[in-house]
Amino acid sequence: MPLRASAWPYVNITIRLGSCSSYAGKEDVSIVGIIIEAIITGILTGGVYALMASGLTLVFGVMDIINVGQGAIVVLGAYLSYVLEQQLHIDLFVGLLITMPLMFGLGLLIEWLLIRPIKRDRTMLSILITFGVALIIEGILNIVFSADYVQLHAWYVTASFPVGGFYLSYIYVFGFLLAVLLLGGLYLLLYRTQFGLSLRASMQNRAAAELIGIDVERVSAITFGIGIALAAAGGMVFGATTTFNSGSAYDLISRLLAIIIFGGMSSLRGALIASVGMLVIEDVTSVIWSPVWASTVFFVLLVIILLIRPQGLFGQLEGRKQ
Amino acid sequence: MSLLQVQEISKAFGGIRALDACSISIEQGSITGLIGPNGSGKTTLFNVITGYERADTGQIRFGDHIITNASPDKVFRLGIGRTFQLTRIFPRLTVLENMHVAVQRHDLKGLLSRWNATHEQQRALELLAFVNLTALKNMPAGNLSYGQRKLLEFALILIAEPRVILLDEPAGGVNPAMISYLTDRIRILNERGVTFLVVEHNMEFVMELCDRVIVMHRGTKIAEGSPAEVSANPTVLEAYLGD
Amino acid sequence: MSNSKLFQGTGLLLLLAIAVVFPLLFPNPAVTTIAVFTILFAAAATGWNIFSGYTGYIALGHAAYFGIGAYALAIMCQDWHIPGGYLPFLLVPIAGLIAAVVAIPLGGIALRVRRHTFVVITIAIFFILQLLAYNLRDLTNGSTGMGLPIPTDWSGDFFNTPFYYVALIVLLLAIAISWWVRNSKYGLGLLAIRDDEDRALGLGVHVEVSKLTAFVISAFIVGMVGAIWAYFVESIYPPVAFDALFDVAVTLMAFLGGVGTIAGPILGALLLEPTQQYFTLQFGENYYLVIYGAMFLIVILLLPRGIIPTLTERWTRLQAIRSQRQEAALSLSASEQVHIGKRLIAPEAEQASPEEEQAREEGINL
Repeated sequence: MPLRASAWPYVNITIRLGSCSSYAGKEDVSIVGIIIEAIITGILTGGVYALMASGLTLVFGVMDIINVGQGAIVVLGAYLSYVLEQQLHIDLFVGLLITMPLMFGLGLLIEWLLIRPIKRDRTMLSILITFGVALIIEGILNIVFSADYVQLHAWYVTASFPVGGFYLSYIYVFGFLLAVLLLGGLYLLLYRTQFGLSLRASMQNRAAAELIGIDVERVSAITFGIGIALAAAGGMVFGATTTFNSGSAYDLISRLLAIIIFGGMSSLRGALIASVGMLVIEDVTSVIWSPVWASTVFFVLLVIILLIRPQGLFGQLEGRKQ
Repeated sequence: MSLLQVQEISKAFGGIRALDACSISIEQGSITGLIGPNGSGKTTLFNVITGYERADTGQIRFGDHIITNASPDKVFRLGIGRTFQLTRIFPRLTVLENMHVAVQRHDLKGLLSRWNATHEQQRALELLAFVNLTALKNMPAGNLSYGQRKLLEFALILIAEPRVILLDEPAGGVNPAMISYLTDRIRILNERGVTFLVVEHNMEFVMELCDRVIVMHRGTKIAEGSPAEVSANPTVLEAYLGD
Repeated sequence: MSNSKLFQGTGLLLLLAIAVVFPLLFPNPAVTTIAVFTILFAAAATGWNIFSGYTGYIALGHAAYFGIGAYALAIMCQDWHIPGGYLPFLLVPIAGLIAAVVAIPLGGIALRVRRHTFVVITIAIFFILQLLAYNLRDLTNGSTGMGLPIPTDWSGDFFNTPFYYVALIVLLLAIAISWWVRNSKYGLGLLAIRDDEDRALGLGVHVEVSKLTAFVISAFIVGMVGAIWAYFVESIYPPVAFDALFDVAVTLMAFLGGVGTIAGPILGALLLEPTQQYFTLQFGENYYLVIYGAMFLIVILLLPRGIIPTLTERWTRLQAIRSQRQEAALSLSASEQVHIGKRLIAPEAEQASPEEEQAREEGINL
């Protein structure tokens, strides 16, 4: 098998951390200061990851499928924002008004075309199918954009403001606010609308929901679309904070999967807490120990949680099938 | 001393007490019926006995062994077999292969040998003949009709020669000819020394087959005795009608 | 013997006979190179199938063991100063064993969870190992990679031949193990786990041990494949040793040919690997990602059970229809059930008619 050009993007981690702050000439940097900075960055980035992970959780909860293509979708979203910014000079956040509906539609299409036809073994086959979709997306992106690393540009990506003892790039705060906004909107959708009620019912018990007249197929399709749209938003922030190429999808999806397993597969609360928690730990490890080992910590955490509590923080232990 | 003894077993699912200090005892060689309105905890009791659910409190004794919260394979190896309400067999394996799954093999040599080794094959075929599924032995079990599956599931656990068999609604959804066939098979096995505990809603079946009946309601035993005694018991009638 | 087994058995023997003489018939190194890769993939796919095909737990991180085997061989050759030639081949089984030993704790952790989470864990473990390959510089030389001994006395034309036959031996070993597992008590337990794990547990199958053993066996085979591969390409780097696409390829091959069958993965490899090499040559690397992805989707959606089981089923159905036509009076659906029903009520009555026996014999051994 030929050597793949888009290899391992662990390099991205160091770049991400590096671009977020600078010490503007301070010589005496206290370790506490660095850690606090790492924690803050971790929380801010964690919010964005929560955005992407919640899409996964929702889809799993309602449809019992794991979209391992979420990483590729995020990267696709990043590239879309890139194109809008480069070619049409549309601001990244404004561009979301275009990319999100677009991706929502893509989600509906994928669900209808590829996922709905599966009748048996849904979870297993969905993993393989979304894997295939991820490959196709990655391949197309590779062809169109080549394997060169790119990054999204805007004034708030490069500009930063002082916080405590260090400088924080605006994009992190804006991105976090976006995540809060969208997740808040999701919350309202879930808990204050009729659709949200149908969605939650479907999550709890698909068969029962069908029996009381909920069009579970429609709910599933829309949920999937929402998951994809959220990923697109996350993709924009991801692309603005990290250099990426089509190969970045692997790193992303492995982290997202680690997050939702850690948090518990169908728990939104778990996804949120796990996102923020794991990102904070990763960033702190990065500054205390080394950026190179920070990613490993991510997965080691996953292994630990599996040993102690296989269902994740807020997941339910699958009882023996009687 | 009774063969299988359930002592003060309790099990709650969240706020629902499926089993509430339930105690029953099964004598060796008996055919005991376990009846009660829906939700009385019969299947949960089965699940707890066979290790598919954990009990919150209480103890289960089987012969000389304490089997509370033992894993299903341990319970099976000790000699308790069970069927399920919705029959569980292996749909992609053939009928004959299904039979061989339950054969005990603990030594390495046994595991490494062909799955249809001679002496086991003989026994499997005998049992298939016992339930009259010989003609279908090479058919994928998933293609069997509902009644045939029930028979297969029954034969499956027989191959391990269990001392106690727990039957969960064996007569459910089956035609009368099949029911009498099943009753017949159970009687034959009982004469050979197998003890039965049968959950059923079909009263005729229970009255016809069982020598003792235990009635459960809201997670605990409310009556027991011969079929005639139990059917005349006012508490029992109230439990069925009152709910 | 059932249709499917006969079908697969003869097919395999035929293929193997061809395989043995292949390099003599087609000595062109370009061709034999593709052949070596194809055989290696066939062996890896067969190994993967022993675990994932038989237990139904889809492992998407087996490239991890490929990488361990590859690095194990590289490190052994480096530390023990093994020269190029036949000697490294003797170390290949050891590399496989090392991969197998590592698989024990990793498999133990991964198998603590249910199927769909399991898939994800295997992916996560794969990434951890890839990261370790990058970061444990003292051991693996990091991203620079490691070289393997180069057999300098093997001339250009001859070079591929030893690799070809060693790969073939590993493939034969994999087939033998796969066949033996399939027909043993142990294998029956695995298949029962695939159909209904909890029921299997309740019938006395040693579920945990069975799964882990199958996992370790498959890691052993894939580890050997990794070692031979590394030696063949003469060097190893983290992204090549731990290549996510390897998993995709192996899984796709097994699914295409027929997951859970013995010949299926080999058929898949035979179809896919030369095709992929051809595509890469013609269109360049980027397109094959899209094509792989598309193929994956097509196979999963249209041929979910793979070629061999589908063909076997068609063939058996053809036989059944033929016998049905021969016995026009005996309509198989309705009256057959009446027959069975009659036999249930009066068990001492008829024997099964030979036509029914033949028609019932689908013999699909998945």
